[in-house]
Formats: sequence, C-alpha cells, structure tokens
Amino acid sequence: MATFEPAVLVLEDGTRHPGRAYGAVGRTLGEAVFATGMTGYQETLTDPSYAGQIVLMTAPHIGNTGTNDEDMESRRIWVAGYVVREPSRIVSNFRAQRSLDDDLVEGGVVGISGIDTRAVTRHIRSAGAMRAGIFSGADFELPDSEQLDLVRSGAEMNGRNLSAEVSTIEPFTVPAVGERIGSVAVLDLGVKTSTLNYLAARGFEVHVLPQMVSAGAILELAPDALFFSNGPGDPSASDRHVALLQEVLRAGIPYFGICFGNQLLGRALGFGTYKLPFGHRGINQPVLDKSTGRVEITSQNHGFAVDAPIEGIIDSPAGFGRVEVSHFSLNDNVVEGLNCLDLNAFSVQYHPEAAAGPHDANYLFDRFRDMVLAAAGTGTNQGAAQ
Amino acid sequence: MPRREDIQSVLVIGSGPIVIGQAVEFDYSGTQACRVLREEGVRVILVNSNPATIMTDPDFADATYVEPITWEVIETIIAKERPDAILPTLGGQTALNAAIQLHEHGILEKYNVELIGAKFEAIQKGEDRQIFKELVIAAGAEVARSHIAHTVEEAVGFAEDLGYPLVVRPSFTMGGLGSGFAYTEQELRRIVGDGIHQSPTSEVLLEESILGWKEYELELMRDTADNTVVVCSIENVDPVGVHTGDSITVAPALTLTDREYQKLRDIGIDIIRAVGVDTGGCNIQFAVDPADGRIIVIEMNPRVSRSSALASKATGFPIAKIAAKLAIGYRLDEIPNDITKVTPASFEPTLDYVVVKVPRFAFEKFPAADPTLTTTMKSVGEAMAIGRNYATALQKALRSLEKRGSSFHWGPEDRSVEELLEVIKTPTDGRIVTVQQALRKGASIEQVFEATKIDPWFIDQIVLINEVADEVATAPMLDTPTLRYAKDHGFSDAQIGQLRGFGEHDVREIRHILDVRPVYKTVDTCAGEFPALTPYHYSSYDRETEVVPSEARKVVILGSGPNRIGQGVEFDYSCVHASFALHDAGFETIMINCNPETVSTDYDTSDRLYFEPLTLEDVLEVIHAESQSGELVGVVVQLGGQTALGLAKGLKAAGIPILGTTPEAIDLAEERGLFAEILENAGLLAPRNGTAFDYPGAVTVAEEIGYPVLVRPSYVLGGRGMEIVYDSPSLADYFERVADQGIVGPSHPLLVDRFLDDAIEIDVDALYDGTELYIGGVMEHIEEAGIHSGDSSCTLPPVTLGRHEIDRVREATRKIAEGIGVLGLLNVQFAIGAGVLYVLEANPRASRTVPFVSKALGIPLAKAASRIMVGETIADLKLSGLLPEVDGSRIPMDSPVAVKEAVLPFKRFRTKEGNVVDSVLGPEMRSTGEVMGIDKDFPRAFAKSQSAAYGGMPLDGTVFVSVSDRDKRSIVLPVLRLKQLGFEILATEGTAEVLNRNGIAARVVRKFSDAPDGDEPSIVELITRNEVDIVINTPSGRSARADGYEIRAAAVAGDKPLFTTIAELSAAVASIDAIREGFEVRSLQEYALDRAARL
Repeated sequence: MATFEPAVLVLEDGTRHPGRAYGAVGRTLGEAVFATGMTGYQETLTDPSYAGQIVLMTAPHIGNTGTNDEDMESRRIWVAGYVVREPSRIVSNFRAQRSLDDDLVEGGVVGISGIDTRAVTRHIRSAGAMRAGIFSGADFELPDSEQLDLVRSGAEMNGRNLSAEVSTIEPFTVPAVGERIGSVAVLDLGVKTSTLNYLAARGFEVHVLPQMVSAGAILELAPDALFFSNGPGDPSASDRHVALLQEVLRAGIPYFGICFGNQLLGRALGFGTYKLPFGHRGINQPVLDKSTGRVEITSQNHGFAVDAPIEGIIDSPAGFGRVEVSHFSLNDNVVEGLNCLDLNAFSVQYHPEAAAGPHDANYLFDRFRDMVLAAAGTGTNQGAAQ
Repeated sequence: MPRREDIQSVLVIGSGPIVIGQAVEFDYSGTQACRVLREEGVRVILVNSNPATIMTDPDFADATYVEPITWEVIETIIAKERPDAILPTLGGQTALNAAIQLHEHGILEKYNVELIGAKFEAIQKGEDRQIFKELVIAAGAEVARSHIAHTVEEAVGFAEDLGYPLVVRPSFTMGGLGSGFAYTEQELRRIVGDGIHQSPTSEVLLEESILGWKEYELELMRDTADNTVVVCSIENVDPVGVHTGDSITVAPALTLTDREYQKLRDIGIDIIRAVGVDTGGCNIQFAVDPADGRIIVIEMNPRVSRSSALASKATGFPIAKIAAKLAIGYRLDEIPNDITKVTPASFEPTLDYVVVKVPRFAFEKFPAADPTLTTTMKSVGEAMAIGRNYATALQKALRSLEKRGSSFHWGPEDRSVEELLEVIKTPTDGRIVTVQQALRKGASIEQVFEATKIDPWFIDQIVLINEVADEVATAPMLDTPTLRYAKDHGFSDAQIGQLRGFGEHDVREIRHILDVRPVYKTVDTCAGEFPALTPYHYSSYDRETEVVPSEARKVVILGSGPNRIGQGVEFDYSCVHASFALHDAGFETIMINCNPETVSTDYDTSDRLYFEPLTLEDVLEVIHAESQSGELVGVVVQLGGQTALGLAKGLKAAGIPILGTTPEAIDLAEERGLFAEILENAGLLAPRNGTAFDYPGAVTVAEEIGYPVLVRPSYVLGGRGMEIVYDSPSLADYFERVADQGIVGPSHPLLVDRFLDDAIEIDVDALYDGTELYIGGVMEHIEEAGIHSGDSSCTLPPVTLGRHEIDRVREATRKIAEGIGVLGLLNVQFAIGAGVLYVLEANPRASRTVPFVSKALGIPLAKAASRIMVGETIADLKLSGLLPEVDGSRIPMDSPVAVKEAVLPFKRFRTKEGNVVDSVLGPEMRSTGEVMGIDKDFPRAFAKSQSAAYGGMPLDGTVFVSVSDRDKRSIVLPVLRLKQLGFEILATEGTAEVLNRNGIAARVVRKFSDAPDGDEPSIVELITRNEVDIVINTPSGRSARADGYEIRAAAVAGDKPLFTTIAELSAAVASIDAIREGFEVRSLQEYALDRAARL
C-alpha cells in the first residue's frame, strides 16, 4: 500500500479529499459532477457531453469489465477528470479488449481513486456542482493554496461553449441500414455513436455535420430532417446554433433533438434555459410521457434545462406556434421534452439512445421516423411562417 | 389510476410454517402488505398457520386466522368474511398454490372474489414450464433446450437427445424441491421419480446442462399502466448448478457491461409483460455463458420471493409494500419513494455500495446428509452485509454467519494446493473459505476458475484480501494506514489480531487509541442524489458519517442474526415487539441485525436500523456512534436468542449498560454448579447430573448417575450436539463425532444428565420484574421427555395437568426467577416423572415459544418484557392494560386450546446414496418451523395443527405399525381405534402378534431386512408403491435401526404421515373425528373478544 501514488481532489469551496492517483498522473481542472449509473462507465467516459467535467462515479467498483471498441460512444474519452472509489484490478468480460486504466492513461485522463465518493456526492448535492481539480505526481506537491487558486481559475460551466471542442471537423456519412427512407442532417454538438446507429437503423442516411456548418449549407443538402445532438456546455452560449435552428425550422424541415438539442430547440422557440443545481446524471431517471401517461426509466446527463411550464399549451415566444412540454422528470418536474404542435419538431432532454442506460425511450427514434415519413408523404410541413 | 374503490376488504394468504426454501422473508413481505392495506383503509383478513410471525399479530389485520392454509379452510373463511379480493402473491408458493386450488375448485367464482396481485392466467404462465418456455421464446430470448416428461421412461428417452448431465425440474414446487442434476441414467430415474411425485401436476422438465454459467436475477415491478421498473440486479457468485438460495450472491451485478445488463433488462420486461404480471413484482433468473454472453432464461416467479426480500433490503425499495399498493390499483408513479419521500417509486434504485448475501446451512444437524450444494435448496437462513466495496461486504457477511470457520483465516492449512483445488470443485457450505486457502497457498485465478467457474473478478477480490492480510501481517507496526487499509477491506479486529499474533481486544484498543473507527452511511435508493429521510445505516471506514445526532433516550436492540435451526423467526418476533413497545414508551429504538429476511431489518420497524454483523466489534462500534448524542439507556440482549445473549458479557465489560437480567445472572442459569445451588436453595430437584470436559470424565459421571444419560454441550441453542446415550461405547462414539466441532472442550464443558424415561415435559414462559412473577403460559409437550422442545408438539393450556401440578410449576418458576435474578423473560423446562417435578433447564431470555404463547393467550410477552427491562413493574403493566390481570397459569375452563406442531425438513436432505436422512426425533432440534392449531378442544386443535403441518391425517386407508418392545403395550388402544374407524392394519411380525392377541386383526408384512419370500413385497416397497397411508414406527435398539430407517425414509420420501412416538399417534387418532366434522374457523380477534367477555 506504500506503493500507491497520492492524489487529491480539491473543490472550489476549499474541500479537499485525499486519495490515490488513478489513470494519468498530473493535474486536471473541470466542473465536478456525479453520475449514478451502476453500469456503462465506458459509455459515460466517451460521451462528449461530459467534456470539461470531472466525473465522479457513485458506483464503487469501476473497470470490472474492461473496455472494448464496440462500447465507445465516440472516438475518445472526454471527461476532464475521473473520480472513483475502487478501480478494478483485473478485467473480466468476454468482450473486453483492454483495461480501463490503460484507456485512461492513454487518453491522458487524470483520475483519483480511494475517495469517499458518497461524501463528495452529498456535498455536491447540497452545495451544487462546482469547479474542481485533481492533483497527482508533481502537482500533488503544490501547496494547498496554489491548488485551490488553480481550481478557482478554471473555467465556469455557466456561459461556456464547448461544441467546437467535441464536434467532428470533417462531415461524414453513415449509410442507412436496410431500406433507405430518407436522409437526416445531424449537427454534431457531441453526438454519440449509438445515436447515429439508431438513426441509420431506422433507414436514415445520416449526414454528420461539424457544428460550424451554416444554415445555408444544411439547406443545400436538402435533408429530409434535421437532428441536433447532445453535447457539453451552456446552451445560452450557443446563439449561433439557435439561430441556425430557427432558420431551418422556418424552412419547414422536420426536427428532432436530444439533450443539448432539446435546450437549443427550447431557446429557438423563445424559452430560456437555466443551470440545475447539480444536474441529472444517471440511468435511472423517471420521466413521464404526458401523451401516454407512461413512465420511462431514462438515461440522463444534463446540467442545464429548458424553462417552460410543464402544464398546458404555450405559444412559442419566438413565433413558432403552439408548443407543449411533452415529458417531465418525476423526480423534480424539470422539463424533459418539447413538442411543437404546429411544426414537425420535437426534442427530449434525456437520452433515448441510452448508452449507457435502459432502452425504454428507444421508441422516440420510431416516432421521429414516422414524423419524417408523414411529412414527406403529405409533402407539406407547416412552417412557422403561417 | 388511484386506489380502486371497489376493493374494501382483502384476504391475504400467508406462507405457513418456515420450511427450507420458504422462510421468514414472507413474514416480512406479508407484514408490509397488511400494514399498507390497512393504511389504505382496506379491511384486512389474514390466514396463516404460523404463529411465530409478526403478520399474525392481531394488530396487523382486522381478522387474523391462524388456521391451516388449505383451500377448504380458506373457503370457510371466505364464506364467513366475504372479502372483495384475495392477495396471494406475498405468501410464497404456498399462497400461490392455494390460490390456484381456490380457482380450480370454483371458490373464487362461487363467492365472486377477485385474485389481485397476479391473475390465475399469470400464475399459470409463470409456473407451467411449457407455457413459460413458449413465452420466453416469443420474447426473443432463449431457454435451455428441454423436454417435459410425465414418466420416468419418457425422461430416459429424452435424455438421449439432451445428453448427460441434465437438469430435472418439477413444475409448481418451491425452493427447487425435487430438482437436481442427473449425471447417469440411474440418477435420472431417481430424480425424475421424486420430481414427478413432488410436482402437483406430476410433470418434470428435463433441460440441457448450463452448469458453470454465470447466474443473475432481476427483480421487476409492473403496474396496470405497463410501467415497469427493475428494482435490483443480483449476481450469483456461485455459478449455475447451485440453487440461488444456497449461493453467495451480490447486488448489484458486478461483472456485466451496460450492453449485457440492458439485454437482461429488456428480456425481463418483455417477459413480465407477456406473463401479465400487472400489479406486482416478479423475479426472473438468467444464465449467461461466460464465454460468449449467450443468455438463457432459467425461470420466473410471478410473486414476491426470497430474492425480493433481499432486493428490498439491499436497495431500500420495499417491493412487498409497493406490490400491495399496486394490487389495489395504484400506479408506480403515484406512490412516493419511502426513503426520499419526494421522488416517486417509478424509478430504479441505484446503489453506491455492495451487498453480499451468504447462506447459512445446518448440515451439522444431519450428519448423514450429502453436503454437496445442488439445485435443491438446503440452506436454512442467510446473512446479508453492506459495504462500500465487495471485499468488505463479503467479509462482513461471512462473519455475520456466526459459525466457526465461516470467515477467511490465515491460520495453519495442511492441505496442498492440489488438494484444495480438488475440494473446491464440489460446491459445499464454506467453499469460499477453501477457495481463499487455495489462493493463499498459491493457486492461480485461472486454476480456481477452472475448478469452480466462479467469475475471475470475484476470485481476484479474494486474492486482494489475501494480499491485504500479508500487508497487515508484515507491516512494521499496526499504524493508522495499515489499520485503515485492513478495515477498508472488511477485516475484523479478530482477523487482524490473528495476523499480528495478538488478541482481538488488543487490536480494538490500539484502533481506538488511533481513532480508527467506522462511519455510517445510508441506504437511500439513489446513491446520494436526493436526501434520505430514513435512517437505514451500514458501516464503512470512509470519511463522512451520516448518523444524525438525536437528543433522545436510546435503546439498542440486538437481533438474532441469520436463521438457523434452533434460532429462527420466533426471536425476530420478540425483537420487533420490543422495538414497538419501547418506541411507544418514548424511547428511540435502534435495531442491529444482519438477517435480510426479517421484519426487524425492515427500516420501518425501528427508529434507526443498522444492518451490521452481530459481533462484539460491530455492535460496540454502532453503540459508540450512537453514544455521540442523546442518552444510551441500554442494550436489549435477551430477545435475540443465543446470538444476542452471547454478546452480553463483552458489552458489559466494555461498560455498556445491559437492560434486564444481568450478564452475571445469565451465567447463573448457564453455569451448571451455580444453577444447582439455586435449585438447592429453592428446594427444587434436577435430574442427577454432572459436568465433564472429556471422554473419561464423562464416563465417570455417567456411571455415577446411571445410564441412560442426556449429554449436551453448554452454551448452545437448539440442542446442538444433544443426545441420549445408553452406554459407554456410545459415549465414546459421541465424543468422536463432536471432536472437530469445537463444541466440547476445556472451556466448553459437556453437561451430563440422567435421562428421565416416560416423563411429561413442560415448558414455561414467564416474566419477572424482581418481585412479581407473571406466567405467560404453561405448555405441556405431547411427546414424552427426550425430544427437543423445539421439535415436540405442545399444548396450551396443558391438557393433562391438574390445578395442583400447575401451581407447583408456577411456584418453582417463581423461585428460579428469584434465584437467578431475572428481569424480563424466563423460560423453564420441567419434567414430571412418577409424580416428581424436575427442573431440566432455565433460560433467562426470550424462548422459541414466546410468540406461540402470545398468540394463543393474547399476552404480549415480549412487549411486556421490554418494558420491564426499562424499569416498569408487572403491576404497572397490568394497570396500563398491556398485561391481562390474570396470568397464563389461570386459564378459564372454557378457553380454547392451542397446539403447536413442529415442521421438519427431512425431505430436503439426502445421503450421498440419494436416500432421505433419518427422521427419528431426538434431543437435538431439527425442525425449521412451526404451526399452531387453535380450537375449542384438544382433538380439534391438534387436528388443525396436523393439517397445517403436513396436510393432516387421512380418514381411511391402510396403516402400517412397527414399534419397539417398550411401546407394544401402549400401541394397542390407538391402533384399536384406527381399526374401528375402518383402517386396514399392517404390521411386522412382532407387532402383529401383539395386536392380534389383543383382538386387532393385523396382516403381517415382510421386513425390509428379511429375505424375500416369493413375490411378497417388503413394507418399504408397499410404502413406495403408495399402498400405505399412515406409518407408525418407533425406533428400537440398534439391531432394528436399519429396518426402521428404511421404513421412515420411504414414508418421508412418499410424504406419508409418520409417527415415531406413541404420544403423537394417540393425539392424532383422537383427532380423526374432529377432521371428519370439518374445521370451523375463528379469528384471533374473536378469541380476544371471548376472553374479554369472560372477565
């Protein structure tokens, strides 16, 4: 035990949690958040929405089943730092190709283990998400005050635009699986592999576009639908994407958004967004689908939410017709989905692609497909301009 | 949908006596259900024959019927109470089977009563193998390749297709009864033969072997809106081949990726939908091939199960409670999460800790039984532990078993790696420790995996534990980092002491000086995402504690740990009662226990719950944590059986106040010499006796007092190691057998008593407050002395004792209570032989019969005892109305009679050759549970008890009689009566001779050991062929033992009523008329009104 390299997790409010170095050695800064899923650490780590965040896993044993190519949700690990209690010493799974430690070291992800993760979780729950830093190796030796200064000098998540960091630079296409029913333009704000696969599996030819793309370029592609992915950052710092979405909506192209894509639809419709005290990050989140009265157990990862009344029908402040909140969280009544009644557009705050997580909401990809087919069938998509 | 308004009254069916495979977990679920329904304003009618349960407390239902759970009795109850609905999903397989029978006999239709929780069709789909198989395939999942067989020959044919080994599973049985692996045709014939017999539908399923696959379980809940949640995933550490009840299991599953886990979840949801469980829970078992992830669905139970009790305790999500609410119409999203209060129940709990369950076996009670673990469940209880990592949870769970050798150790190990690897190939009780020894001796993870198929991840965790042990052993000094490192891997002070070569106490002292103490975390269903309002705690050596300071006056109640034979639900009953009574008296109650099946570990029971092992170390730490605020009034140790009592001295030595009878007084009762003094001072007699520490000493004592003698180790419960010995060679044999059990030795003396032949045994439960005695009940055993009181049936009030004898018993009890210095409960066993009253033993603690007495007479003994312990007097308690004015020794003439009957598990245990173990009763307790029959007179009450215990006496048919010489005289009358009732009598030669001379025509049948004479079948063959309906066989000397064994084994295997004592037979014969009349039913609440009217 003397061989363990020491590390420390320092929170913005000065709280310090000593532990052991895990993954890469060095220093990392980011927003400390906790994720409560008991499975799917690899999917979590490679989810671009976690960019800029130091992710704490509440499940104590992490890494038991190693990692593999199949479960990568993007090309790399995105978390800024990783906090766990018990990293696995061995890998045990028939699909495993590597150990998680190897991936963390290779990805340069500074982590810490041996932490009272529950204490940190409870602290974040009551004090709110906050900036943090992990220090190991030479950085561990820095004076406490210097470490704290570094943490406090880190970027705040509020007002932060991270889309450019995670988006693809070059556009690429995923061919439809089976019969092609149309094409969808995907604005990559941090899209996950599973989302692309599910869209392709529904018969869409998927055009993945860099986040810098212009509305004109999208319209030029003449897609049958537009999709905004999940992604990191504060939606209020993404005015350009909001404007782009408004333009495409006005052009009458059907729209589906997930997570960040839900927040951007909200803003495009003229609603505000706000930062949640400590976010929803887990794979056990109950959401009510108002149209069916049924509860879905969903996978969620969001720190911001749309500010709209969950009851009744509201007129879009930005003039896109009638809108209703289609889904909301049963835990805290946060908006979890929007549905435009006068447009072929809807979005959800949670993750129907659910990687990791339960597949309860997978039907939304069908709903999207049906909407696109219906719009194509009637040949009309009532624009907001009516 | 909100609560259904059309349901105003519900009949809840309980699970009956505790048997292997169906235990106290159904008291937990049933109690929750009753509570919930009453909170919802539903009139609750309950039927359960088990008096030792909390659910049968009159407070938990509006009408409580302690009656046999048969469809006929239930019909009588339905006719009387006219419930709107029946809830059969919380009483295990017993309740489900009763519901099926009610349906099949048209009772539900006749009285227009609805099954809620699960419809008949859903029950059918889940339990009928063929239907279930089709449904799984329709859900897009796989089942093991299989065939249904109705005959042995059919099965042998199918085996050619499936190949050996293969699995045999009978339909509609619980706890895997009758199932097993067949490696050869011979084994197949035996298992299928049994299985067809066990199955109510006379069919078995034959399956391809998936031995060694990983095994998982999911607990799901679904409501009428098709909302479905997975409450918990459970992974079996022991792979497929060991019944999940006998496996070490862990929650959550630890070796699945999300992709694989979600696949199980998807399949599970499809199945619960297809089966149509729409207002409750179900459990689905999966096997996963470790090589390629292929998934096979093993089975599903459309009801609350043992695993759901475990899942509820593991997650804080109360499955039974929610199931009851769903059954009366609520949807999951309309029910608040109990723990957070703000979030709904329509979510999936997430854990930030690891839960490990380990089974508790009782093979020491059945030395002839094959201890190999198979798909037939054999464990009698379980312990659960919670830790912040697997190593901690596993080590805590193992020490919770309170069994010698159950924990990992680093003492001498003589076996080589090769030998150890060979041993672990066979799953047995304690295999995990052998695995640890193999790894410690250098076996590789791969080798252990090859031998056991335990997932390498779990094996590596034991490697880790061994590495930590090495560090602890070799550290230059026991400093804070070393201690913390050990503690964070679940090492006890005792284990650290062993590694460092000094005592547990010294380790604790060092640890406390260094301030290395546990903190307490909370089970909150949500991994800390929301604040938890329920103080349900477990220890960890982390940084932050979550124990909320409280200024209350606190009482700590020690539970009774894992169920075992001799210490079962009865003790939990007393602990729960104490908690209720002390809470009502204004104390903050703090429960410590590690048994996930019980009501005491329901977080609703006490003000605070600590799910911790019941060892001195773990208990002291909880007390320390709770002592940081408020006032610790004391610890209740006399209700949790020997487990809690055994901690009294250590607690006292640590300066902790013990409530009630002092540890010194407990010693007075336990220590032979001191107790003899008390008796002498009181002018009471004990059978002649002495104490010995070894064989020569024992022979000297025995010869001095005269054979036969009753020998028993001191400080054991349930008559462990207790035997009647007739001569010195048998005594030598005894010492040989107990040698390696550590129950007799220099610090554990052997008690040797003169055995009283032909005496009546009497059990008394009483309260004493220092000045006044209050008798709870005087119970008369139906069997003569020599049979353990736990296995013996008894009657309350005593039916053959006169007023004078009861007075003598009362006075003797008072003197003993006074002599010992009892403050609280006292149990005394007496024997009356030839008019002389002997004191056999006295235990200053709650006994097994406390709940029986409380139910039969309406005297809340455990509640009263706990109030006495905190300073109230019997006079106070009478005044406040808690205790009736007149005690249990003064029962009016027209009071009802209650009979307690034991339920024995012989059918579960097989010898290596595949025969059932011997079923003769003796001084060592072997029953797992009990039932109560209550009615206006003894024959009726006895008849009910028999019906509840095993289905009851047949009303006609053939009786076989073979008794020892000493019983030949007393057999005449009962057999004559059977003859008069129309039974045909068969007997062995000697017995037939006596019967015929007495004018009872009996046909002679050949003994099993006699040479066959032509085609004439032996008695064993007749029993096996189902040509005998009742078997009467009393064991005689050694020579006839083998014959007797074969007869009894055949009777047990064939489920025939078997009488091994004449007393029990006579009672049964007297009850036949009562059975012919049919049972009348009366609720405990009605009996209470009768009692009130008599005053």
